Amino acid sequence: MIAQGQVVKVGIADMNVAKLPDTIRTSGLGSCVGVVLYDERLKVAGLVHVMLPDSSLGRVENINIAKFADTGIPAMIEQLKLEGVQPFKLRAKIAGGAQMFQFSSSRDTMRIGPRNVEAVKEQLKKYTIPIVSEDTGGNSGRTIEFDPSTCMLNIRTVNQGVREI
Amino acid sequence: MYEKNITSMHLDVLKEIGNIGAAHAATSLSTLLNKKIDMKVPKVEMVSFDDMMELAGGPDSVVAGIYLRIEGDVTGSMFFVLPVEQANRFIRRLVQDDHFDFQTGAVSEIGASAMQELGNILSGSYLSALSDFTQLNIFPTVPALSIDMVGAIISFGLIEVSHVSDYVIVINTAINEEDVPNEESVRGHFFLLPDPESFEAIFKALGVN
Repeated sequence: MIAQGQVVKVGIADMNVAKLPDTIRTSGLGSCVGVVLYDERLKVAGLVHVMLPDSSLGRVENINIAKFADTGIPAMIEQLKLEGVQPFKLRAKIAGGAQMFQFSSSRDTMRIGPRNVEAVKEQLKKYTIPIVSEDTGGNSGRTIEFDPSTCMLNIRTVNQGVREI
Repeated sequence: MYEKNITSMHLDVLKEIGNIGAAHAATSLSTLLNKKIDMKVPKVEMVSFDDMMELAGGPDSVVAGIYLRIEGDVTGSMFFVLPVEQANRFIRRLVQDDHFDFQTGAVSEIGASAMQELGNILSGSYLSALSDFTQLNIFPTVPALSIDMVGAIISFGLIEVSHVSDYVIVINTAINEEDVPNEESVRGHFFLLPDPESFEAIFKALGVN
C-alpha cells in the first residue's frame, strides 16, 4: 500500500469523514461499534464510533450525537450528504461490539457490546443501507481503518492479527 | 452532582482518598514481590474520554488489564492496568518462571490466575483503606483479566459515566518499580472511576459539601 494521504482519526464517541486519498481510523474498539458508511463511486467514507445503543439512555440535555447509534448514524448520513453523497448509494461495514470481560452480573452494562451491534443494525435497516461486511462480537479489542479508494476495512486485533473485510 | 458542581477542592479530597488507597496497595505489592514499589496519585482530574485513553498510554497500547466493579455505598469501576512487559516481570517473579509471557499465545493458567490474584489483593487493600477512611461499605467483585488494547478495556468502565457526561473523573495512581531502567516508558496504573451518583456519597461521608 502506498501511503500518500492522511489518516483521519476518530476518537471515542466521535465521528468524521474522509475522502480519497485519506483513510479514516478509530483505535481500541471494545464494546463500542465502529460504523463505516461509504460511497464507492465518490470515494467518500464516514466513520462513527458508537458507544451506546440509544440516546434515550442519555440523561442530559445536550447530548453528544456521535455517542449513540440512533443519533450518530442519522447525523453521519446528513454529514455525508453535504459531501454530495446520495443516501441510497451508501454501503456499510461495521466492526466491534465485543464482550471484553466475562463475568456473572445482572447489570445491563455487561451486554453492552451485543446491544450496540443490534442498535446499529436497526438504524442501518431503517435507512435501508446494506451491510457489506462485518466483524462483530467476540472478546477482542479492535483497531479499524477504512480506505475509501479500495473500500476495504482493515481490522487489527492483539490476539488474532490483521484481516480485511 | 457531576461536572458543574465539582470544584478543585473536591478533586483534592479525591486525591487524598487515592493516596490513602495507593499507600496500602503499594505496601501489599512490595511485600508480594519483595521489591520496592512506589505508588502515587499524580493528579485527580476531570478529563474527556479520549484524554482518559491517553492517560492509560493511548488506545492502541497493549496491556494486562484487571477490571472489577465496586459495589456497596459507593459504586464504580476499577482498573489495574500494566503494560504487558511490566505484567510479565511481576508474574515471573510471583510464579518463579522466567519464561512466562502474556504475549506468546495461550497464557498459562497459573500465570493468568496469579495476575487475577494480584489484582484481587491490590484492589482489596486499596478499597479497604478507602472503606476504613470513609466508613462506607465498599466491596469489589471478583476481578476479570484481559490482555488487550487499553482503549477496548477502559472504555468498558466509561459506559456508566457516558450516560450523563462526556467527561470522567479519574483517580489515577501511577505504579513505579525501583531498579527498572526506562522507568518513564513502563508504568502501571490504578484507575478508579466512581459512578456519577457516587460522588455525593463520598463527599457526604467526608463532610465535604
